[in-house]
Amino acid sequence: MEKTILSGNEAFARGAFEARVKVASAYPGTPSTEILENIVRYPDIDASWATNEKVSLEVGIGASFGGGRALVTTKHVGLNVMADPLFTLSYTGVRGGLVIVVADDPELHSSQNEQDSRNYAKFAKIPMLEPADSDEARRFTRLAFEISEQFDTPVLLRSTTRLSHSKTVTFLEERVPEQPEARIERNPPKFVMLPGNARKRHYDVEERIVRMKAWACSQDFNRIEEGSSELGIITSGTSYQYAREVFPNARILKLGMVHPLPEAMIREFASKSKTLFVIEELDPFIEEQVKAMGIAVHGKDHLSLCGELTPGRVAAGIKLETVPAGFEHQETLPPRPPNMCPGCPHRGVFLALNRLKAFVTGDIGCYTLGFMPPLSAMDTCVCMGASIGNATGMTKVLGTEEAKKVVAVIGDSTFLHTGVNGLIDMVYNRSSSTVIILDNFTTGMTGRQDNPATGRTLMGQPAYEVDIEGLCRAIGVRQVRVVDPYELDLTRQVIKEEMERPEPSVIITRRACMLHKTQTPARKPPLIVDADKCTACKACLKLGCPAIVWESGEGKARVNKMLCVGCEVCTQVCKFGAFGVCDE
Amino acid sequence: MSKVTNILLAGVGGQGTLLASEVLSEVLMLAGFDVKKAEVHGMAQRGGSVVSHVRFGQKVYSPIIPEGQADILFGFELLETYRYLPLLRQGAAVVAGDLKILPPGVALGRMQYPEDIPGKIRAAFADTKIVDVMGLAQAAGNERTLNTVLLGALSMRLDIAEEFWIRAIESLVPERFLEQNLKAFELGRKA
Repeated sequence: MEKTILSGNEAFARGAFEARVKVASAYPGTPSTEILENIVRYPDIDASWATNEKVSLEVGIGASFGGGRALVTTKHVGLNVMADPLFTLSYTGVRGGLVIVVADDPELHSSQNEQDSRNYAKFAKIPMLEPADSDEARRFTRLAFEISEQFDTPVLLRSTTRLSHSKTVTFLEERVPEQPEARIERNPPKFVMLPGNARKRHYDVEERIVRMKAWACSQDFNRIEEGSSELGIITSGTSYQYAREVFPNARILKLGMVHPLPEAMIREFASKSKTLFVIEELDPFIEEQVKAMGIAVHGKDHLSLCGELTPGRVAAGIKLETVPAGFEHQETLPPRPPNMCPGCPHRGVFLALNRLKAFVTGDIGCYTLGFMPPLSAMDTCVCMGASIGNATGMTKVLGTEEAKKVVAVIGDSTFLHTGVNGLIDMVYNRSSSTVIILDNFTTGMTGRQDNPATGRTLMGQPAYEVDIEGLCRAIGVRQVRVVDPYELDLTRQVIKEEMERPEPSVIITRRACMLHKTQTPARKPPLIVDADKCTACKACLKLGCPAIVWESGEGKARVNKMLCVGCEVCTQVCKFGAFGVCDE
Repeated sequence: MSKVTNILLAGVGGQGTLLASEVLSEVLMLAGFDVKKAEVHGMAQRGGSVVSHVRFGQKVYSPIIPEGQADILFGFELLETYRYLPLLRQGAAVVAGDLKILPPGVALGRMQYPEDIPGKIRAAFADTKIVDVMGLAQAAGNERTLNTVLLGALSMRLDIAEEFWIRAIESLVPERFLEQNLKAFELGRKA
């Protein structure tokens, strides 16, 4: 077998290729995005960016009902969006294997919460596999499709940031034999979930999980690694790696399947361990079930419910060993948070919102960085698409003057994800709020993916570009205005006018992302500050542009030539004309 | 069990820290080691602080370096190098570029960039090499080769044949920049 080094996400994609997946669908979301981006390397898989996670699963279900194998991937919060079809899919089961990779983000490296997706497996009564490294990610993906077809069930495959974004040595295997050609097969009792049919299917679901529980005890994805009987550890996924690192001599039950749990195997393992621990991240998911078996076990009495595990945290929690103090800083270090890029088209919009003292209901994307000082112009951020509904709700409780201050901001991709539903509601239910759609022609934060408004598919084919203005008008928004956010005065003026207007209005601030892959705006020559003209008023610093630096020694602003892209937005905030084009 | 070596890479989003860790883990795999590399994408980019953990040995479990056990800190920017010193074991080595990128608080004039970072690092870790990366990258013909200069400097600290480094650079660097990068690597080795 060929050996290589792959990230968890690359390995999921490779596993799907080896398993002869026909259709793959997802909405981008860290840390899951690269799975589909890597699947595109395998041309016989139809891979697509769906408008949202619910749609991606519905596409996967259709492919499965048609008889083809389907892979759906998402970040943890996307599983909430696809929960509706998921729970009924548990009843229908599959035709072609259907596997959902869900990537959790303990520690919230790039997320709005750290929910533990394992609970969904139990809630929806479907199996969940949890690989511990990239080679398992690949092998378990193949296995998940076999299990899906063998037990007539969707299968969840759980990842975390530390699996998805870590690279480990991986083997490559031959693909499974070619699947028979997909053909229509009608089966209403299985696929039409009217109460009469669904009632019967519920019995199948309950029976299925009982069968799987017994079966899982004899499968090699659940394995016991022998060691001292003093300490027994039940663990899975990346937590297994930390357990092995910290306790090289312990006896370990490594679970490859975290739902359903192999009860007989756990009982046998527990009976031969003097002290038993569950090492798991986030919720006491395994621990509570082991306790329900009547087995004494430690876990969250020693380890935190919050954040990710690390070898140090496992050692500190269980061995009560602290890491010896190493180097300590004698000074406070300036933090280095992420920031909008130089030339980012969102910057001017948030400067205007700050100056207009708007109450900004925010959303998920690069523009959430509008929260950071000095722009400091975001007041809420809940989930994908929430900004518009949040604005509607706020205006329902506020008085007329206060309500005028409420502005929703949402990116082009997020608007098409679930924001559009909020806008329909806003118009239908007579809210008068203002919505700004920040259209930068891309899904920025996750690494610049295409979406239905960009005119290109994931596989690089040309596509119809959703006409966002036309869509808003069709919904019933009478005021739809488009501005270039590089024009600061105009942008501010338009936002001000629309905030005053006693009806719903949409402002589309349109300019390509500075890092756009296909329509990169030409970088213009960097600007330079004329020190004689700079009066040290610091107005330019309010932009929070990484290219503008304050020289404390001289008491003047300076431009970092390496970073400046020449967008000239700063020339509009400087009243003294101190910014000019560098002629070097 | 043979010892695992832990290398922590630290830099600023957009500097190419992650590409350097890609080259490094490729080198280690070619040299026959078990390798794991962990990092975070997404929010961590966009000019934020970036770290990448690279671990190698006969068998590696955790993808992240246990706290206080990093053997080598490989820094691409001075403040970020300094920031992660607490993760090093006593007697660890530091290989870092002498580049300064001002974080927002400093750029806005609200905070100070710490003074004499090389001196402070040397005082705590005697085995410290600070490389004039920009000068050497310019000598190699392209300022953007500075990460390769640093890889050259790092390669002198690891007992791995030069051919594996060359092969990894050849496989991961675009052809049109290859010659400059190979020169940058050699200059880094002599630095």
